[in-house]
Amino acid sequence: MRYLDEYRDPVLARALLEEIHAVATRPWTIMEVCGGQTNTIVRQGIDELLPAGVRMVHGPGCPVCVTPLEIVDRAIAIAVRPNVIFTSYGDMLRVPGSATDLLTVKAAGADVRVVYTPLDAVRLAERHPDREVVFFAVGFETTAPANAMAVLHAAQLGLRNFSVLVSHVLVPPAMTAILDAPGTRVQAFLAAGHVCAIMGWTEYEPLAARYRVPIVVTGFEPLDLLEGILMAVCQLEEGRFEVENQYARAVRRTGNAAAQEAMTKVFHVSDRTWRGIGEIPASGLALAPEYTDFDAVTRFEVGGVTARENPACVAGEILQGTKVPTDCVAYGVICTPRHPLGAPMVSAEGTCAAFHNAGRLTPSEPTP
Amino acid sequence: MCLGVPGKIVEMTGGEPSMGVVDFGGLRREACLAYVPEAAVGDYVIVHVGFAISIVDEQEARRTLAVLRAIPGGLDEISR
Repeated sequence: MRYLDEYRDPVLARALLEEIHAVATRPWTIMEVCGGQTNTIVRQGIDELLPAGVRMVHGPGCPVCVTPLEIVDRAIAIAVRPNVIFTSYGDMLRVPGSATDLLTVKAAGADVRVVYTPLDAVRLAERHPDREVVFFAVGFETTAPANAMAVLHAAQLGLRNFSVLVSHVLVPPAMTAILDAPGTRVQAFLAAGHVCAIMGWTEYEPLAARYRVPIVVTGFEPLDLLEGILMAVCQLEEGRFEVENQYARAVRRTGNAAAQEAMTKVFHVSDRTWRGIGEIPASGLALAPEYTDFDAVTRFEVGGVTARENPACVAGEILQGTKVPTDCVAYGVICTPRHPLGAPMVSAEGTCAAFHNAGRLTPSEPTP
Repeated sequence: MCLGVPGKIVEMTGGEPSMGVVDFGGLRREACLAYVPEAAVGDYVIVHVGFAISIVDEQEARRTLAVLRAIPGGLDEISR
């Protein structure tokens, strides 16, 4: 496919790798923020082909992984109501709640449906005026405008049987939290290309300057990631800390104005709890006052639902890049993609699932 | 989750919000075009959860590849 295949060229990938090896003279630690990028890096083995000292650490950019347990529990509490059609992106269905998950309650008879786009959820509400249709609005800045449009469209249609369970998170506050964490090893970031397609990169400029970290807006194909890593290493070697844009074919400095406008109309910035990390101030989106009629939490009175994490899961350290999955005793033993203990093992973009799917072994296991 | 796939707009169907049909290497799907108001039939867009979020800049796409091909070793082997 055009704009995909040419960025997967193995000959160019080798040339880029050689260039990274030629440029890197010291050890560097670079974090890729986005789970989609983690997936490409681990699946293609890019991290294992880098110079010995250049380490990729995997960031918290998997919305499925950082959605708090209590929100998953609230989703389940809503989904089991008899009159509800609960709609969600597919990846949320297997995320373990405290006691069960959405897929299990669906198997037991709850009307849980996977939608490709939030507009499909609005269409369901139009078609079923006698049912309550709830959409699980998770995601980063990339997804927020789509979810905002669902609310705007439902409002325009005057639908009173449509609501959203919102758990939106924002990337820059999470990067700040990672840089502020004691003992952080991250020296440069690959910023998430599609988040920046919406938001642009102006909000990363003060971050790069304040923490003196290079930030490279990067795409998702192997060549994009290799070029992003090369650009980050060049900046580190030269002592620069700028925001650079590797993903120029899709990202402009100020982002997508129409999408930002819809997003700020429907949502306002709020504090958010990140699963495994805790509360980060001003790190999420909640419905703006004009649209609180669409809030599923108040409509179904599930605000009181609280939850408890499985103590064996080290998801928090994984998401902050202080541990890798192979450091975890549960990894691959009692925690697998079929039976995940924590969210990073669920989504293909979760670091644990990416490692497991690529066949990465724990250090104690002999290499076959 | 933030997966975005490039495809070519083959039809604008309008409506509110404005919709169109995008071709992904032969597979065609409806997409919302409300966030790319300047897009036209023939443009490539990045589609995420049924929404076009960005028009692919063909010039930048070519430039990126040209930069990569200029890396020593890259061009030689490709032209062979």
